[in-house]
Amino acid sequence: MTTKTNTDTLKNGNANGSNGIPKYSSKDFSSDQDVRWCPGCGDYTILKQVQNVMPDIGVLKKDIVFISGIGCAARFPYYMDTFGMHSIHGRAPAIATGLKVSRPELSVWIITGDGDSLSIGANHFVQLLRRNVDVNLLLFNNQIYGLTKGQYSPTAPEGTVSKSTPFGSIDHPFNPLQLSMGADGTFIARAMDRDPKHLQKMLLRASEHKGTSMLEILQNCIVFNDGAFELFTDKKSRPRETIYVEHGEPLIFGSENEKGLRLDGLTPEVVELGSEYSKDDLWVHDEKDKTKADLLTRFFEHPHNSEHLKFPRPFGVLYDVDRPTYDEGVTIQNAEALKRNKPDLNALLQGPETWEVS
Amino acid sequence: MTTKDQVREEVTIRFAGDSGDGMQLTGSLFTNTTALLGNDLRTLPEFPAEIRAPAGTVPGVSSFQLHFGSTEIMTPGDVCDVLVVMNSAALKANLSLLKKGGIIIANIDGFDKKNLNLAKYPEGENPLEDGSLDSYRVYEVDVSSMTKEALSETDLSYKEVDRCKNMFVLGLLFWMYNRPVEPTIKFLQKKFGKEPRIADANVNVLKTGYHFGETAEIFSSRYTVEEADLKPGTYRNITGNESTVLGLVAATQKSGLPLFFGSYPITPASDILHGLSRHKNFGVTTFQAEDEIAAVSSAIGAAFGGHIGVTSSSGPGIALKGEAMGLAVMLELPLVVLNIQRAGPSTGMPTKTEQADLLQAMYGRNGESPMVIVAPKSPADCFNMAFEACRIALEHMIPVMYLSDGYLANGSEPWKFPQEKDLKDIKVRFEPPRENSDEPFLPYLRDENHVRSWAIPGTEGIEHRVGGLEKEDGTGNVSYDPDNHEKMVKLREAKRNKVADFIPLQKIDQGNTTGEVLVLGWGSTYGSIRTAVGQLRRDGMDISHAHLNYISPFPRNLEELLRGFERVIVPEINNGQLVRLIRDEFLIPAKPINKIKGRPFGVQELKDSILNILSEKQTVTES
Ligand code: SF4
Repeated sequence: MTTKTNTDTLKNGNANGSNGIPKYSSKDFSSDQDVRWCPGCGDYTILKQVQNVMPDIGVLKKDIVFISGIGCAARFPYYMDTFGMHSIHGRAPAIATGLKVSRPELSVWIITGDGDSLSIGANHFVQLLRRNVDVNLLLFNNQIYGLTKGQYSPTAPEGTVSKSTPFGSIDHPFNPLQLSMGADGTFIARAMDRDPKHLQKMLLRASEHKGTSMLEILQNCIVFNDGAFELFTDKKSRPRETIYVEHGEPLIFGSENEKGLRLDGLTPEVVELGSEYSKDDLWVHDEKDKTKADLLTRFFEHPHNSEHLKFPRPFGVLYDVDRPTYDEGVTIQNAEALKRNKPDLNALLQGPETWEVS
Repeated sequence: MTTKDQVREEVTIRFAGDSGDGMQLTGSLFTNTTALLGNDLRTLPEFPAEIRAPAGTVPGVSSFQLHFGSTEIMTPGDVCDVLVVMNSAALKANLSLLKKGGIIIANIDGFDKKNLNLAKYPEGENPLEDGSLDSYRVYEVDVSSMTKEALSETDLSYKEVDRCKNMFVLGLLFWMYNRPVEPTIKFLQKKFGKEPRIADANVNVLKTGYHFGETAEIFSSRYTVEEADLKPGTYRNITGNESTVLGLVAATQKSGLPLFFGSYPITPASDILHGLSRHKNFGVTTFQAEDEIAAVSSAIGAAFGGHIGVTSSSGPGIALKGEAMGLAVMLELPLVVLNIQRAGPSTGMPTKTEQADLLQAMYGRNGESPMVIVAPKSPADCFNMAFEACRIALEHMIPVMYLSDGYLANGSEPWKFPQEKDLKDIKVRFEPPRENSDEPFLPYLRDENHVRSWAIPGTEGIEHRVGGLEKEDGTGNVSYDPDNHEKMVKLREAKRNKVADFIPLQKIDQGNTTGEVLVLGWGSTYGSIRTAVGQLRRDGMDISHAHLNYISPFPRNLEELLRGFERVIVPEINNGQLVRLIRDEFLIPAKPINKIKGRPFGVQELKDSILNILSEKQTVTES
């Protein structure tokens, strides 16, 4: 039996549109499954913030889908009381693409990790970004393979000592944000598990963006890579080693807001505010400026390698531009085909040339 | 010299030339006219492995074989009666396929020193001159210069003139076999509608070729092939890949569901992607994915969303899709995987046919991972089985593997196509929305056929999670419980096996339903087996033929049917795969006949092999 309602769902999508969204609370998004990450894992707070922002994204629960690959983070969909699929290693972007293209009215979220998206699934990751499918991708980056118990990952800095690299890793790590820029991503942002308020803001921004939203979330794996991001999360070092960017605002950081970033031509430099430079001399963040975003996303020195970084690690929305989405393109092309040519199965079966046998 | 008119029951013509000589088009146009005249026919194109192999060389040869007649024609013909060769490489590559005493029509321009060198004939040797072709009837025709002459009044470039020479050959063959040129003229005028000078030139050369046959007085015979006794109705010509496309489109119309097709280009499956991408007005979305894995994964995503998810490939690509197919087995979502098989292993011989992926389809995934397997038996049957693949996937919430091959994909036959109203409706069971229900939704609850309902996003009140981890029966929650795992493995198998209640019982294609010998085939060997068994039966043998469209699960009555025969012979274009399944399932000492040469069975070789096996039996009983 084909139920009418479902057929309608397939054809028209969410009949209510954005009106008529009930007042959800974050609890409405929490499933009945016990959360099974290690105690103290950064994933808990990310889960909490996602559940916190879900009531505010303006989508009915029935229209939200979480799709993950494999890894610790990939358990995520089980804990969300939405539609969800825990799929296979690295392929969530491809599955999400098929779903979003066929059901563009759905709000589709990809949950992935550094191994899932930048190693086994790196191809799908960049293809998703270049196509600009209108989905949100949350990249939980912990610089380690947690689920398989502690091998170095494609974002682990050179020299990482892990189960599979007892003498230190030789691989050069990926900079996920630069990779996303290279793939012509349209929304590129970074947040961290230890700053929940900012993370919430970033999640909302990701959900608002039309196109692939790539949000890297630095996530502490307390068991296999504890403290990987301490330089950015520790109260003392954080003001010095991170910079929170805001569209239209000068790039200022430091515990007393005493430092800033300045552009000398296309060369960035850290300056002390005071006698020589004032706020007005600083680089003003522009999310729409690809060149500036490119420079910002290059700030990627590794805390393991040096105590104090030359450039602070940027957090916030580094790049956010509009480009037609793939799913929208498909919808338009399909609609045009329908307008040009009424579907007539009998004519199709008959083909261009026939003959009679009597 | 007068020309004799002779009647032939069947004829096989092979057009061969350089890739650039337009032999595929020539063959197709001859085929179209032949179909219009009411002959039964089969075709087999053979493409060079390289896209642009050096002109004039043997690897650059492209051929098109057409077998037509006034009787039932089920194969493209073992050997040909006429071999058209546009150059010496074409002769070299194809001479072994010409029957002794057969006709060679040679374009002498292609046998000059340069071409002989390119074809690697020894210095100074020319097969047209050294007597090596004495056992054939050779007609040397100066195609190039006659084409040039016909077009001397035009302003066509040298290249454009050269491109017309296949029309000369086509015209000549039309004369030889008494076929009208008008349908081709109509085609050319349509094809080159925007370039009337090209259309006119082609028509001109076509007619020149025809008149050459009439006036040159070098041909001793002209042949007539009467209409075949086809079932009355309206026919069209169709290749396997084309009818696969139509079967999928028909499934969208009869299920009322949109179709999502995720694919990655691969020989010989790409034409399905090309074909479907032109039918977006039927609710078809095509997605050229970044790789085979993304192709199948995107189809799974679409299936999760309530669309018909289809992916296609050939052996190497199917290997890459393995893990994702396992996911579809676990998710219990409908998925159709089209495998247009080619010769393997590894890259193998991409342009050559083979049936060697049956065991891969059956067992080629990790874990106990049962899928349904269906196989079309002829180019037109690809329509039925593609439709069936969708029906079974949707009605049983299960991934289905469809096994076509390069021979079916590119071969063609006349098709008495159905009307929309003749096709069955496909019924899907979507989970209805629920409001304020306290009862938790159980995504893995099953009906009497072990089928769960399709619970798609966007449906109120049934939000749930699925995944590749083992499911708890009913709830679908992750479960490592040992008893549950065994139960779920058995349930997934039972669901697959239950499909047997919803497919036709196995029929005998020809012959008695019990008897001495049964030849059991599957897939593209149908035509060869049918013809071979038919001929053996006319010779008085007690032999029958059954052909499987459904391999997993087998039809319910298959065992009983097999046990009705003293001997079962299983011919396959592989090293013995169905035969293993049959022996394993039924403990029947079925005997294989195998050919692994990238080509279909010839009728004669199949007959010989069958007789061989049967004579073995006699020695056993006699001794
Ligand atoms: S292994 Fe690390 S990432 Fe995985 S759950 Fe434990 S703490 Fe979290």
